[in-house]
Amino acid sequence: MQWETVIGLEVHLQLATRSKIFSGSPTTFGAEPNTQASAVDLAMPGMLPVLNEQAVRYAVMFGLGIGASIGMRSVFDRKNYFYPDLPKGYQISQFAEPVVGAGKFEIQLEDGGSRQIGITRAHLEEDAGKSLHEDFHGMSGIDLNRAGTPLLEIVSEPDIRNAAEAVAYLKALHSLVIYLGISDGNMAEGSMRCDINISLRPMGSKELGTRAEIKNVNSFRFVERAIRHEFERQAEILESGGRVVQETRLYDADRDETRPMRSKEVANDYRYFPEPDLLPVVIDEAYVEEVRRGLPELPMDKRKRFVEQYQLSAYDASVLSDSPALAAYYETVVRHCSDAKIAANWVQVELMGQLNKHELGINDSPVSAQQLGELIVRILDHSISGKIAKQVFEAMWQGEGNADDIIEARGLKQVSDSGALESMVDEVIASNAAQVEQYLAADEAKRKKLLGFFVGQIMKLSKGQANPQMVNQLLAKKLT
Amino acid sequence: MHTQTVAQLAQGLREKRFSSVELTQHFCSRIEELDPIYNAFITLNKDAALAAAAAADQRLASDNATALTGIPIAHKDIFCTLGLRTSCGSRMLDNFIPPYDATVIKRFNEAGAIILGKTNMDEFAMGSSNENSFYGAVKNPWDQTTVPGGSSGGSAAAVAALLAPAATGTDTGGSIRQPAAFCGITGLKPTYGRVSRLGMVAYASSLDQGGPMAHTALDCALLLNTMAGHDPLDSTSAQDPVQDYTQDLEQPLKGLRIGLPREYFGEGLDPGTGACIQAALQELESQGASLVDINLPNSKLTIPAYYIIAPAEASTNLSRYDGVRYGHRCEDPGDLHDLYTRTREEGFGDEVKRRILVGTYALSAGYYDAYYKKAQQARRLISDNFTAAFEQVDIIAGPTTPGTAFPLGAKSDDPVAMYLEDVYTLAVNLAGLPGISVPAGFVDGKPVGLQLIGRHFAEAQLLNVGHRYQQATDWHQQAPVTGGTL
Repeated sequence: MQWETVIGLEVHLQLATRSKIFSGSPTTFGAEPNTQASAVDLAMPGMLPVLNEQAVRYAVMFGLGIGASIGMRSVFDRKNYFYPDLPKGYQISQFAEPVVGAGKFEIQLEDGGSRQIGITRAHLEEDAGKSLHEDFHGMSGIDLNRAGTPLLEIVSEPDIRNAAEAVAYLKALHSLVIYLGISDGNMAEGSMRCDINISLRPMGSKELGTRAEIKNVNSFRFVERAIRHEFERQAEILESGGRVVQETRLYDADRDETRPMRSKEVANDYRYFPEPDLLPVVIDEAYVEEVRRGLPELPMDKRKRFVEQYQLSAYDASVLSDSPALAAYYETVVRHCSDAKIAANWVQVELMGQLNKHELGINDSPVSAQQLGELIVRILDHSISGKIAKQVFEAMWQGEGNADDIIEARGLKQVSDSGALESMVDEVIASNAAQVEQYLAADEAKRKKLLGFFVGQIMKLSKGQANPQMVNQLLAKKLT
Repeated sequence: MHTQTVAQLAQGLREKRFSSVELTQHFCSRIEELDPIYNAFITLNKDAALAAAAAADQRLASDNATALTGIPIAHKDIFCTLGLRTSCGSRMLDNFIPPYDATVIKRFNEAGAIILGKTNMDEFAMGSSNENSFYGAVKNPWDQTTVPGGSSGGSAAAVAALLAPAATGTDTGGSIRQPAAFCGITGLKPTYGRVSRLGMVAYASSLDQGGPMAHTALDCALLLNTMAGHDPLDSTSAQDPVQDYTQDLEQPLKGLRIGLPREYFGEGLDPGTGACIQAALQELESQGASLVDINLPNSKLTIPAYYIIAPAEASTNLSRYDGVRYGHRCEDPGDLHDLYTRTREEGFGDEVKRRILVGTYALSAGYYDAYYKKAQQARRLISDNFTAAFEQVDIIAGPTTPGTAFPLGAKSDDPVAMYLEDVYTLAVNLAGLPGISVPAGFVDGKPVGLQLIGRHFAEAQLLNVGHRYQQATDWHQQAPVTGGTL
């Protein structure tokens, strides 16, 4: 049977506010355990939450970023369950009236296509602390530094159909929040975490199958793997005539499998009710407009502009607009060399190849955008060939200076002197009489092929520095 | 000194007739001598109080003293006090020493008032008799075989027995007004949001409100002047400006329209208590007020609505007491579940457990709509009744309680009979209104309280009516102990 996978994602995004969502404690990652937990975070008796306005602003920014309806009145609720890293015994969250309502999100696929993924809602809530089960001799340690860090939980519609789409969705989401500056998006530090709801149905069926929820998957790669594994597991059950059990599962990255969570880890009745310690959050049109005016150019707008302004393919545009820093780099290169196509090529192939190889971010690139632009200028004005340019780029990466300095120092300037070229052409014609015979006897199509041989010989002779265009012209003239 | 009101003591301090140290020492001695009878205090703060009194005397000598500088005040053991045990009447917090002051405490400290000690209360403010305390029941100074009321029973008894000139209390469903009535003192429950809840251990967050308990309306006004005001750290704290509550005390009552809800004078009201209230109303009428019969038709919804909403909020407010970070923790927990269950089984008393169970049930999946949501709808109807009534009248008057203080143990096995004690006081909390109880006579030697209810933020008006009434009567001057009268 052909199965269709139906996937919905819940993303927990830590918002980059300086202080926590309901207390004044700082949110810096990696501090000594329990040094960033105030009396409010510790749920000391009589302590009360005070909402951090910046968290609301960030949520509204996100809502506007996906064109969602904004909850002009949103309400915080208590979600009740006992756990040692949840000091109050309830999490302050939003249930019936979230700050962000339904929206839509376009994702670009690697095959060049795109898809709309529906966003059901996004709501504000507080993060829990961390339970540390190692190093305590059979006991557990509690670190409440993370308790109260603002989270935006972004819930998608079950519109995602495979692992690649899930990853594309997450990457697009990641890109958006980086553009908006509302999160550092650092998945390794848990700034963006993902729960996967996944079910299977026979291809063509409209009904949804029974889903499993895979909790807390923390990297793009793990999301892909967890979905593939869960697909295989559910398909196997269904094909052997079984039924999928609705349950919460855990992706174990070490063993590369999903397994059910112990029932104790799964709370069932959260007894949501409106948080009486906080007033409903009421915002007005003026506030929303003010936030809207402050929004930067969003990735999808930038992508569209790149396609129109620079005639890039949708895929190239989406790669180059992935982060504001990369997009700015690209546009600086274009400004310096005035050729958007070649610039796109160089940024994506040479530059990103090197960055990926060395695991560097765009901001850590040893070659600046201006430097790369100047290099491309030398290709365009025929000072060097594309092949030589790669050598120059390598040298720039090693820190040997600007393109012109390197070309000068290494004597890489293209030979465009017609006298010098002519003597090289003559030499090659003279020492390859047989090929000349062949060439002269051949038809138009074969000649083209054979011409390449002569060009190659001349390039060899010139150590790659001969101006290929002039070589072609000279050969055409001489081989008659 | 103990037979004087706060206003009189403040004048005595200003006129150097006695020092704050002498005053504080005097009350500490009275507590040490007499409180074993009443059990009104959980913790006496003698050493720190005397040190603070010495500092207050210096301040009194300068020119930046306030009306409360040097005045010893007893605080309900629900207000967190920096470095001073705050138990909330529970074994759960028997060992809890807060690293912070409640905003109310901070304000009293800034005014130069002295923290005399922490008063006994029903555990986590749940109760109407002060019998639900880990530290034992409080005895009513007027009749030691009866209860002082609750949950601020220790505060009421301390003021009535002249162990403190004034005290703080909290009122979630009558917990200031009912004990004030039973103990023959004046107690004001301010508008919800008028007094900061920060550092006040939460029982039912949407209902809890701190307020003053003292002999007179004037004293309550003096205390409220310090307690009231916006607190940016309490999101439910009101932004409305605070006035000087002593300013309008003398306003004549001419033209005042007083509403008498038929529902508060019907079945269930003890005739003796009713007679006292009628006499009090005649006094107000004689001062120029007019009496208007009104209806609060949804009064019958009050007790069921309250006993769903308050326990629902309490059930989650009390989840934090899990033995992990502070407070009681059971010995040698086997695992996490054992830690939770034994800690909470040992740390909480019966009434607290009962309300946690009721509240948890009311919020459970499948019951939420039938209970919690219905109760919120009832709350809205109750509130609407008051809004409508206040279009006809300026204030509402009636008995604070159906009868006088009942014997210790009389209702402790019957939660519903106990809950009925609060029939006249609960609606005020559900509607977020201010209410005051003023002494209005005696039945068989036991005090009766007159309850006055005002519009939101009409504290000054309630204090004005209470004060004018006290100018014409001497019920508030009676004392149950040696010394006889104030």
